[in-house]
Amino acid sequence: MVTTTPLEAELLRVAGSVPDPELPVLTLHELGVLRAVHVHGTDAVEVELTPTYTGCPAIEAMSVDIERALREHGMRDITVRTVLTPAWSTDDITDEGRRKLRRFGIAPPRVREPAGPVPVTLGPLRTRAPEPDPADPAPVRCPHCGSVDTELLSRFSSTACKALRRCLDCREPFDHFKEL
Amino acid sequence: MTVTVDTTAAAALALGDDALVLSHRLGEWAGHAPVLEEEVALANIALDLLGQARVLLSMAGDEDELAYLREERAFRNLQLVEQPNGDFAHTIARQLYFSAYQQLLYAGLAAGDGPFAPLAAKAVKEVAYHRDHAEQWTLRLGDGTDVSHDRMQRACDALWRFTGEMFQPVNGVDADWAGMETAWLESVGEVLRRATLTVPEGPRTGAWAAGAGRQGLHTEPFGRMLAEMQHLHRSHPGASW
Repeated sequence: MVTTTPLEAELLRVAGSVPDPELPVLTLHELGVLRAVHVHGTDAVEVELTPTYTGCPAIEAMSVDIERALREHGMRDITVRTVLTPAWSTDDITDEGRRKLRRFGIAPPRVREPAGPVPVTLGPLRTRAPEPDPADPAPVRCPHCGSVDTELLSRFSSTACKALRRCLDCREPFDHFKEL
Repeated sequence: MTVTVDTTAAAALALGDDALVLSHRLGEWAGHAPVLEEEVALANIALDLLGQARVLLSMAGDEDELAYLREERAFRNLQLVEQPNGDFAHTIARQLYFSAYQQLLYAGLAAGDGPFAPLAAKAVKEVAYHRDHAEQWTLRLGDGTDVSHDRMQRACDALWRFTGEMFQPVNGVDADWAGMETAWLESVGEVLRRATLTVPEGPRTGAWAAGAGRQGLHTEPFGRMLAEMQHLHRSHPGASW
């Protein structure tokens, strides 16, 4: 197992507190894109950052912001490396991140069923229960009024990671952070 | 077979050129899409593909040099992705054919442990959205009005002869090409039938089919596309924002 030194933990916290350039309500920690911080010597540090989407243009702004934050924290030699494995998923967004997205008017991504043990029960013998659809685990709630009665307007929205929806109760359009 | 660094670089070039060229074609829709939502959708799909292209071309060399300073004959992309946008139906048919292929290819690569596995694992989830977008439009246009049905059918027919090339094995890419082709025919055929369209019958391979992009032979519109794509970089070497 890789051990983290107290300094690395501190730098991870500093880098993690940098706001996301496109969704400034979220920090990089809450978005779940910071993978690791490795310190070499006294003031050299290597940061591993993973993109949300392969073509996400925000990754360059993130790198610059991380560098600035770490430099202000006394680091001199800073390298931000982009890593693809393990691939980022919307499940990496923290609970606090989800709350903030909702407050910001963006429906957070739905959480997929966790892999691992699932309870197995004997189903009804004579009738067939509808199969749960893994592609659509739960309705998307309107971040404004909480209604589950919402419809998809466009599969792509202001950024690659969002879809555009509309609430059928309060009629407000809103962005939905797509599950990835 | 020993997979050398050169083999991997050549394979990365082929897959990277597919993503780069299609990204550029989709970018040409900016300002011209039929509705605002499509403007955004096509630009987002283009952006995903550009991201894939950057990772792949960086495995083959310097991404900017490869994108902006190669001549037409040095590109290894499929002829399908360089075809002009045509009307919206042509763009959707091209998207359906290519995203169904890319989804199968990346899913296979993501399951392996080769050099493309990390990118494929990430991109396969993005491509699932591209394929869904193309499928939904194929259904709307095919099963829409007489005009949209005819145009969608015409587009599917016109691009059909470019689809055989997708399954020519690429050296250095560990994929079950024959299995992919079967799965592709099945899944695309199923979408076309649901869209009340006829699965095209023309040849996909052989003398009457198209497809030598992987060997560097391209169709006429590609040169003009490259001229536009490379013009700025070539006119102002080293320019940056």
